[in-house]
Amino acid sequence: MNLTTTYLGLELANPIVCGSSPLGTSIDTLRQLADAGAAAVVLPSLFEEEIVGAAQAQMAMEAQGAGFAEASSYLPDPAGYHVGPDHYLDHIRAAKEAVSIPVIASLNGTSPGGWTRYAEKMQAAGADAIELNAYFLATDPGETGEAVEERTLAIVRAVKAAVSVPIAVKLSPFYSSLSHFARRLEEAGADGLVLFNRFYQPDIDIENLDVVPNLRLSTADELRLRLRWVSILSSQLGISIAASGGAHSAVDVIKAVMTGAHAVQMVSALLIHGPEHIGRTLEAITFWLTEHDYESLAQMQGSMNMAKVPNAAKLTRANYMKMLDSWQQ
Amino acid sequence: MAHRRTVMIDGNEATASTAHRINEVCAIYPITPSSNMGEFADEWSARGKTNIWGIVPDVVEMQSEGGASAAVHGSLQAGALTTTFTASQGLLLMIPSMYKIAGELTPAVFHVSARTLATHALSIFGDHSDINAVRQTGWGLIASGSVQEAHDMACIAQMASLASRIPFVHFFDGFRTSHEVSKIELLEDDDLRHLIDDDLVQAHRRRALSPDRPVIRGTSQNPDTFFQAREAINPFYEACPGHVVDAMEKFAARIGRSYHLFDYIGDPKAERVVVIMGSGAEAVHEMVDWLNGRGEKVGVLKVRLYRPFSAQHFLAAMPASVKKIAVMDRTKEPGSLGDPLYLDVITALHEARTAGASRFAVEPVVVGGRYGLSSKEFNDTMVKAIFDNLAAEKPKNHFTVGIVDDVSHTSLPMDDDFTIASDDVFRGLFYGLGSDGTVGANKNSIKIIGEETDNYAQGYFVYDSKKAGAVTVSHLRFGPRPIRASYLIRKARFVACHQWVFVEKLDMLAHAQPGGTFLVNSPFGPEEIWDRFPREVQQAIVDLKLKVYCIDATEVARETGMGRRTNTIMQTCFFAISGILPREEAIAKIKGAIKKTYGNKGDEIVRLNFEAVDSTLANLHEVKVPGKVTAVSTRPPTVSSEAPELVRRVTALMLEGKGDLLPVSAFPPDGTWPTATTRWEKRNIAIDIPVWDEELCIQCNKCAMVCPHAAIRAKVYDPSALQGAPATFKAVEYKAKDFEGSKYTIQVAPEDCTGCELCVRVCPAKDKSNPKHKALDMAPQMPLRESERENFAFFLDLPEVDRTKVKIDVKGAQFFQPLFEFSGACEGCGETPYVKLLTQLFGDRLLVGNATGCSSIYGGNLPTTPYAVNAEGRGPAWNNSLFEDAAEFSLGFRLAIDQTETSARNLLKSLASTFGDELVDEILFADQKSEEGIAAQRARVATLRAKLAGLKEPAAAKLAQIVDYLVRKSVWAVGGDGWAYDIGYGGLDHTLGIGRNVNLLVLDTGVYSNTGGQASKATPLGAVAKFAMGGKGIPSKDLGMMAMAYGHVYVASVAFGAKDSQTVRAFLEAESYDGPSLIIAYSHCIAHGYPMADSLDHQLMAVESGAWPMYRFDPRRTAMGENPLKLDSKAPKIPFDQYALSETRFKMLAKVDPERSKRLLADAQRNVQAKYDMYQQLANLHYGAAADSESN
Repeated sequence: MNLTTTYLGLELANPIVCGSSPLGTSIDTLRQLADAGAAAVVLPSLFEEEIVGAAQAQMAMEAQGAGFAEASSYLPDPAGYHVGPDHYLDHIRAAKEAVSIPVIASLNGTSPGGWTRYAEKMQAAGADAIELNAYFLATDPGETGEAVEERTLAIVRAVKAAVSVPIAVKLSPFYSSLSHFARRLEEAGADGLVLFNRFYQPDIDIENLDVVPNLRLSTADELRLRLRWVSILSSQLGISIAASGGAHSAVDVIKAVMTGAHAVQMVSALLIHGPEHIGRTLEAITFWLTEHDYESLAQMQGSMNMAKVPNAAKLTRANYMKMLDSWQQ
Repeated sequence: MAHRRTVMIDGNEATASTAHRINEVCAIYPITPSSNMGEFADEWSARGKTNIWGIVPDVVEMQSEGGASAAVHGSLQAGALTTTFTASQGLLLMIPSMYKIAGELTPAVFHVSARTLATHALSIFGDHSDINAVRQTGWGLIASGSVQEAHDMACIAQMASLASRIPFVHFFDGFRTSHEVSKIELLEDDDLRHLIDDDLVQAHRRRALSPDRPVIRGTSQNPDTFFQAREAINPFYEACPGHVVDAMEKFAARIGRSYHLFDYIGDPKAERVVVIMGSGAEAVHEMVDWLNGRGEKVGVLKVRLYRPFSAQHFLAAMPASVKKIAVMDRTKEPGSLGDPLYLDVITALHEARTAGASRFAVEPVVVGGRYGLSSKEFNDTMVKAIFDNLAAEKPKNHFTVGIVDDVSHTSLPMDDDFTIASDDVFRGLFYGLGSDGTVGANKNSIKIIGEETDNYAQGYFVYDSKKAGAVTVSHLRFGPRPIRASYLIRKARFVACHQWVFVEKLDMLAHAQPGGTFLVNSPFGPEEIWDRFPREVQQAIVDLKLKVYCIDATEVARETGMGRRTNTIMQTCFFAISGILPREEAIAKIKGAIKKTYGNKGDEIVRLNFEAVDSTLANLHEVKVPGKVTAVSTRPPTVSSEAPELVRRVTALMLEGKGDLLPVSAFPPDGTWPTATTRWEKRNIAIDIPVWDEELCIQCNKCAMVCPHAAIRAKVYDPSALQGAPATFKAVEYKAKDFEGSKYTIQVAPEDCTGCELCVRVCPAKDKSNPKHKALDMAPQMPLRESERENFAFFLDLPEVDRTKVKIDVKGAQFFQPLFEFSGACEGCGETPYVKLLTQLFGDRLLVGNATGCSSIYGGNLPTTPYAVNAEGRGPAWNNSLFEDAAEFSLGFRLAIDQTETSARNLLKSLASTFGDELVDEILFADQKSEEGIAAQRARVATLRAKLAGLKEPAAAKLAQIVDYLVRKSVWAVGGDGWAYDIGYGGLDHTLGIGRNVNLLVLDTGVYSNTGGQASKATPLGAVAKFAMGGKGIPSKDLGMMAMAYGHVYVASVAFGAKDSQTVRAFLEAESYDGPSLIIAYSHCIAHGYPMADSLDHQLMAVESGAWPMYRFDPRRTAMGENPLKLDSKAPKIPFDQYALSETRFKMLAKVDPERSKRLLADAQRNVQAKYDMYQQLANLHYGAAADSESN
């Protein structure tokens, strides 16, 4: 069965992409993913904040021990100890050497200069594409929604101008007019959208009155939100779309592709079941396509997008009312 | 010959650069100021840098200098070219091996940054007392006076040693040369290959011990032969100077720099000549040029080859016209007829004269002088005084210069205003803090000037004695001629104040020359700054017609993400104002230097620095100087008028940086000083200090427990004591039952706090409605300084708690007065909370024998010292003997105390009839294991003393002298892991082994913290440290387990940040145990590489990961049939790497060598688990009757 798809202009052997996650930190795991059939891999995000923070921490750390007659420093200074993005870039290089599938770097910047600076370095290190992780919590009451969107658009324009590899923008679902914003991103030059970022939701420790990190894996329920928006946006845009969050099984992948996804990012299922889960999923997809007499994956790609779905209203407001009705009965 | 590179490096690097390339093995051990040589060698080898034979030298850290020299001896015997780097006490420890190496005619060179030997006090600074202490060993001694010479002579010494078979100490002045950055021409590898004769290297190898051609050395000889055999060596010493001459000539032929055994500089017909060696010779050289330029006939004879002393070459070098000679020694040999070089010269002249070989028309008058002990300044004024002395009809002999000796009247008069500093040399002084990076930036500046312009350049850096908030002064010179001024700048064209606080504290403009420039980092803008200057500063600016510039560098640093590093900003200002280079070029060079310095740490640090540089010029302003003084306020006094006389008269001057002005009579002759002086030094280094919310506080006293500087304290007291309290003084009802009805206060010492934040971090009391707010929050110090100063003064006067009524736990212990306060330890120090606790629990009867290291530096470095006294005048008595001997030294305390106590008890018994048996028995059989017991005994002793006063018997008078010994004394040896695990281990082990009541407190940071973080045997597996750049591959030594193996030793492993209650218990148990005790105390340290504010979390992680198991092993339990070991920490519950990778010392390896890091961390994981399992099994063993029955 022909499962090929085109995502961000990259020819992929199938739609399953390993999403940005700790899975991408180990070269061994990357090899296992590729062997299991992953069509591409998105590396964990490089956070500008973390890099700058590490640089500042390094300077502060050196400062706390400087200026004593008996010691001008308190730690050795071995060659190759960097606090910059160099290790990330080395990792891209190593990943490119280790696997033949496309390697997509992921970037979360904080400053306009940071986005382009690191994007350039990622491209130079060999990344086949860059996923801009627009993870940003708008907490400033003085900032309008338009300003928030404008900032992301400016970043996309700047990065597009700086690099030649394709750019995907990973979004959160929390925009007041996602369709409008998505179109503007397309106009700004984005080659694709990744729907959606799963915001890290901290928990509250009621004993110690503290906020604690608490990473939860996705569940298949989360796929619904993606399916709806992939369906809507894929009918409106000419660029690639990847579904991300909640795709655990072959059925999930098929649904996502039908709604218009060019790629489906998988993470939680791989963390739970291991890289080989991809192989099993691909097998199941092939089986299903064969059973249902599809000629190729491409045949169903976007078949259920908002423009083609038999009753589009079900995707939007009407469906909501119906759901409520069914609940009341 | 290819072009040789010119570089700006310091003397240590210059020396190591040569030594590393012409040796195969380096056995090293850290000691100031030589540590950097070993560090360079280690770093180069770790990076795979090869020597001239293409081999990477093997650099091995030993457990002491004694060990290093022994390893060197062995390596030489086995045929490798081997060296070491050391100084001071380190060189002393090498003496036994040195005799052997020389006696066996083994070529080798030790490179020594000559440093003062500890006598009445330790000094890390430079003089020739160490190298003079080895002049009898048979080693050659060869001196360098500058950075270039150190680089060259390192090679010449090796050449001469290989040829002569006499081993050499190559020495240069500690700090003055070892740490001076200077422009030198590098010897290239080809030069070294040309100069080092491979045939001689082969000859050395052929003499090696080998089973293929066996010989025996190190025999023992008897009266029949030893003497003759010893004399058989003489021809080698006779030939040695000739070999040195050959080496120098060969060197000159290749390199072009010409040296002689004695280099004479000056008028060929000179009548007055100074004989001197080391860096001081450069200052004399400079003066000789100046004086001869003014028509005088003077000269200097620089001694290069000090041993073997060649009288023939000495006499030949001395102009025949000489009439008067001053021989300058940088050492003191009390009781001798003269210091050593002087005696050599006298002998040489005398022997020549008596042999009829004198070349001198008139036999010259020779006087000896002493200068420069402990890096005491030796400047143009002083050199002039020597020549002036020689000009006198009867020159003063056995004089000193550079001090005012109003006791023995040895010192020469000096004209303080005299200087030969010329205008074509730029002189700049930069006052900064260690933490703001001033020194690093100035090193870069002088490198830029030295390497990028035709100027000769020199940088020298002076530090104060504190670790937290250390003041640094950078002295930069450059000019068109070689710079021989081997002394500090007294008048500078450019004075920069990198911290506004100095304006109030330091008389910086005393060093400004008229028409110069004053650059200030100021929170006040160009309009406001003038009015903010104290009167003295305004006066100096007006009088000297200074140009003034200001910049708010602190704000620029903050805005550009540089944190506290104002260095590159101030550096940019310096280049912009001084106009040394065109601005654009200067900025490009600064950026180049930044890239070079930080480039290997990643682009981000470079970028942040670049941004800081780019933001600078827009914020730099010239200040309009009104032309007249307008300020009314003056600089505050250095110390309070309430301070004791000695503090006001002596300490205050030292604090002002004017200690050089103090005459000999100001000082105690035996190194004895009063304690409790840090309280008079108000440093005000905290930007933020804790503020107490008394309503929220749960009164746990944990804040006081963790405070490294005793700057936050707790008291519980009667409400009546609050009368007259300042308006802002806070007090609340005390909450617990033990002192019901009392008031409670937590008080900060605002001017002594360093702002480390540990108290706030440990505070468990959160506001339930607003958890961001705790019972302690940090707030800016400035607005609180006045009120809290008054509150702290009131707090100190509140009555101390009745010690007998306190339940001694974490909370109770913190009601005890700390008798260790406001030390110079780092902000957030992990050692000092233990030391402070020690003084709270036992301070009024405590003797401390302190190993050299951080704890001896913050514990005993003048001007002010932190050990304090209570209201009764009691407090810790403290002494630092050496690095290696703290255990034995403290054992000595115990022996003396026990003897004296025995005498007191015997005398008391003998007087029993006089006092009545009841008092005597009560005293003799007193239980002094508790505070009540101690208090009761003190009361009895007071009664006894009163009774003794009325008695006439000789025994009573004797007893009166020693009656205080009837109160139990607590003897503690304190030191770091370098002492306990390495250099002092033998003594520590023996002290534990012989069973006397000595307590050993090991402040274990896992590295040699004081000398800059070199690996010790306590360094954990997988961590990097200096001398363990590739990550320590062996687990740390289990010192506790080794001590427990004795069975009779109390052993505890503690970590106050993980479980403070266990720490307090361990201290109490150790002290009460009538036998040896060992407490190994986890001490976080800046060398671990994370912000010290987070240190308590790291301690907890260390324990939770199993990296630091906590336990107490009490032999008393064995006696009761119980298992002596109690494990106080739970099984590892977080992975080792979770703890480890949160610290740079581990993270560094993970980034540099991920594979090795992964392997070592996995090993470490297995190791900590195995260790825990073993402890757990030991703790679960059955002892006593139960065990017996089980085994039946």
